[in-house]
Amino acid sequence: MTVTQPSAPTTVRKDRATPPRSRANGPVSRKWATAGFHIGASALSVLWLLPIVLVLVTSTRSFDDIAANGLGSLPHSFTLDGFRQAWVDGGQERALINSMLVSVPTVLLSLLLASMAAFALSRYELPLRRTLLLLMLGGNLLPPQILLIPVSKLTELLGLYDSLYALIGVQVGFGVGFYVFVLQGFMRAIPAEIQQAAVIDGAGPWQLYRRIIMPLARPALAALCALSFTWIFNDLLWAITVLRTDSQMPITASLLNLQGQYVSMWNVIAAGSVIAAVPTVIVFLRFQRHFVAGLNLGAVK
Amino acid sequence: MAVFTATRVRRRATGVPPVVLAFVLVPLLAETFWVFWPAIQGFYLSLTQWDGVSAPKFIGLGNYREMLGDSVFRTAVLDTVLWLLLFGGLSAVLGLGAALLLQQERRGVGFYRAALFLPVVFSLVATALVWQAMYQPDGLINKTLEGVGLGSLTHAWLADQGTAFYAVIVPALWRQIGYVMVLYLAGLKGIDPVLYEAAKVDGATRWQQFRNITMPQLSSVNAVVLSVIVIDSLRSFDVVWALTRGGPYHSSELLSTYMYSTAFQSLRLGYGSALAVVIFLLAFGVIVSYLVRAFREAD
Repeated sequence: MTVTQPSAPTTVRKDRATPPRSRANGPVSRKWATAGFHIGASALSVLWLLPIVLVLVTSTRSFDDIAANGLGSLPHSFTLDGFRQAWVDGGQERALINSMLVSVPTVLLSLLLASMAAFALSRYELPLRRTLLLLMLGGNLLPPQILLIPVSKLTELLGLYDSLYALIGVQVGFGVGFYVFVLQGFMRAIPAEIQQAAVIDGAGPWQLYRRIIMPLARPALAALCALSFTWIFNDLLWAITVLRTDSQMPITASLLNLQGQYVSMWNVIAAGSVIAAVPTVIVFLRFQRHFVAGLNLGAVK
Repeated sequence: MAVFTATRVRRRATGVPPVVLAFVLVPLLAETFWVFWPAIQGFYLSLTQWDGVSAPKFIGLGNYREMLGDSVFRTAVLDTVLWLLLFGGLSAVLGLGAALLLQQERRGVGFYRAALFLPVVFSLVATALVWQAMYQPDGLINKTLEGVGLGSLTHAWLADQGTAFYAVIVPALWRQIGYVMVLYLAGLKGIDPVLYEAAKVDGATRWQQFRNITMPQLSSVNAVVLSVIVIDSLRSFDVVWALTRGGPYHSSELLSTYMYSTAFQSLRLGYGSALAVVIFLLAFGVIVSYLVRAFREAD
């Protein structure tokens, strides 16, 4: 603000001069500015949506059409054959079930564990409170590469290698630190009076957690639910680290198999990509507000 | 004063019900089991030679010495740094640009934001496949180039050593910009409009307002974006793996892909662990600064 002070006197002069002019062509220039904004923003949006439109179009073309006219041409056919091939022959049905079998329990289990830890760390003066909190967050910030080899050996040792339990385990363990951090920040903002009133009424820690804090933390939980679902659903690295058999793979890894299996059958690959993207797009459209809130919760301010 | 607080904390701590301790310990044990313990093993394994079958053989810093003469490692480090600068820098600048363009609440802005944000929800593998189709010799990009008379620029984008790296960055950016935009939109919303009004009264130009109000006010968001970008860059794996596997001839090799193929395809688990340690060291500074900021906020 101090920087702009020197120019103040000139503005006063300009201000006095401008009112009649701006009244004359103000609305017109504003209209032009608005039009310019919409043209620019629409062009950007079209550019951004173009790859999505292209994959949707490709997924409904026939293989012969693509082979004859090329991938970049306008469609000359409409068929859902690609979807059938990806879904049935390409194993996407099984893969989508696997993804759900992993994602849903992982989200629920990690948020349950994280909310418990966050409750304890935010509502009680535990010894080493901050150290524990940062230790847990720090674990989540580690590059996963450092964990890949030991985790794959650990699952072999436990007899869990190549099972979905291994994937759930590692996803919960790796994600929980971040959720604890976000949730404790949110829970700490809940006024102490609410808790004190419940304690006077004889509520123990379990009732406090279950009946007071959890309901009040619902917005943060909803945001993390939407966010963590997409993260876990979209994961590739952990899946190909602890799983081997094709029939166990979640949808992301199965897409890679599809890519290798149906080389240059772009209608099948495009259909597979659409299938893999649908669940997270539904979550996004349904919980858009929570989703965006979640991204911002995640950012340490 | 310090003594007083210490005793107070201790008295309170002994009053913590056991259930509450269990509430912290169970998640902490889960993380210890799946993260901290494996991480320690990872550091140890980087000092060994191991094929995953026989017992690991301790070789001290042998793996790190080997890196010095490993040309693929050198390529991977350079590519990772270039990735950090290009992917990170462009997603920050373009994300901020998009946020500035779409910050004002007006008709249609929700749609534009959603369009830019939509790719964020796709998995990187699906993103990669979408772009792989565009990059094909008979794909949309080459067709468009031919269509506007730039046929000489057509390429086998992913198969050409000179273009593969950049061809992989574009899909990653397409997906990241919307994310960074959302972070900046929240930051811009937090700036007090009075500051701009005061500046306008003082006759500040748009550029002066941006330099002297917007950027300083966004400093905390900038720090967040920087951490997110560095951490995401060093983690980048899926999109490269799905598009090129680091090829052709390691031209798009990142440390993360080199680490994965060394460990799980060449089964050189000791050397792979050492590569992972290098990734960790690169990320270390950012992790610490992120934690320091978190530490301050946790008060």
